[in-house]
Amino acid sequence: MAYFLGLVLALAAFWLGMSGHTEPLLLILGAVSVALSCILAYRLDIIDREGAPYVRSFGLLAYYPWLFWEIIKANWVVIKACVKADLDIAPALVKVKTCCRSDLAKVTFANSITLTPGTITVEIDGDKLLVHGLYEQLSQPEAFAEMDRRSALAVDGKEAKA
Amino acid sequence: MADLLNQLADIWEVVRFPLGAAFCLAGALLCMVGTVGVLRFPDVYTRLHAASITDTSGAGLVLLGMALIAPGWLVIAKVIAIGLFLFLTSPTACHALANAAHTAGVQPVIGRVGQAQDAEGDA
Repeated sequence: MAYFLGLVLALAAFWLGMSGHTEPLLLILGAVSVALSCILAYRLDIIDREGAPYVRSFGLLAYYPWLFWEIIKANWVVIKACVKADLDIAPALVKVKTCCRSDLAKVTFANSITLTPGTITVEIDGDKLLVHGLYEQLSQPEAFAEMDRRSALAVDGKEAKA
Repeated sequence: MADLLNQLADIWEVVRFPLGAAFCLAGALLCMVGTVGVLRFPDVYTRLHAASITDTSGAGLVLLGMALIAPGWLVIAKVIAIGLFLFLTSPTACHALANAAHTAGVQPVIGRVGQAQDAEGDA
């Protein structure tokens, strides 16, 4: 039920943000399209943690600012690598083990790695991620430990520690 | 107090356009840096790293600049939605490319590239 309410709220907010009109006709049209989307989602059976991750994922709100800062720091490294007069990179493939349990947490972790410039998740196999890094010394498995811990905490919450 | 707030609002109205334009320009510059990287790096995987600059800081700064220039909340809401979708989809696309290259058997260049290799070539 919480997932359903979260989906309704998110869709309604999206509609209002996109249209900005408050005439009765348009509001009714909005309500109809929200209802239609919810019925379709219900029939597809995707109103669950992955289909409507709005309610239980307040941990993500704390995680994203940290991730933004990491992205800015990593951007600077790659920008320097791009414009340096002498091309000086040391690409490497690394296997990283994750402590994330659920698929959503794994996706968050892998997406965070890919979003951070200089590292890309190439393949996920069980709890092991194959990561391609632009600098060998910056993409050792230990470098991802904190990101792993934080994304597991953000999505899986406290039960991940059990 | 209200006077001060009004004054601040006035200053903000004047400042936000040049500020937004500066952010847009910086974002465009970073997109160009990303393109330079794509042209310079040796293989698919390293080029994706350069392209991710365009995805994150380039697009992010341009969107931030547009949000500052935006005339009302409605436009800002749309810009935030665009940013959110970019934020969720660009790593997925990037991963899909890398995974496709990996599955197709493209071997990544491993180890030092550049100075050391050039020195060997000259010797």
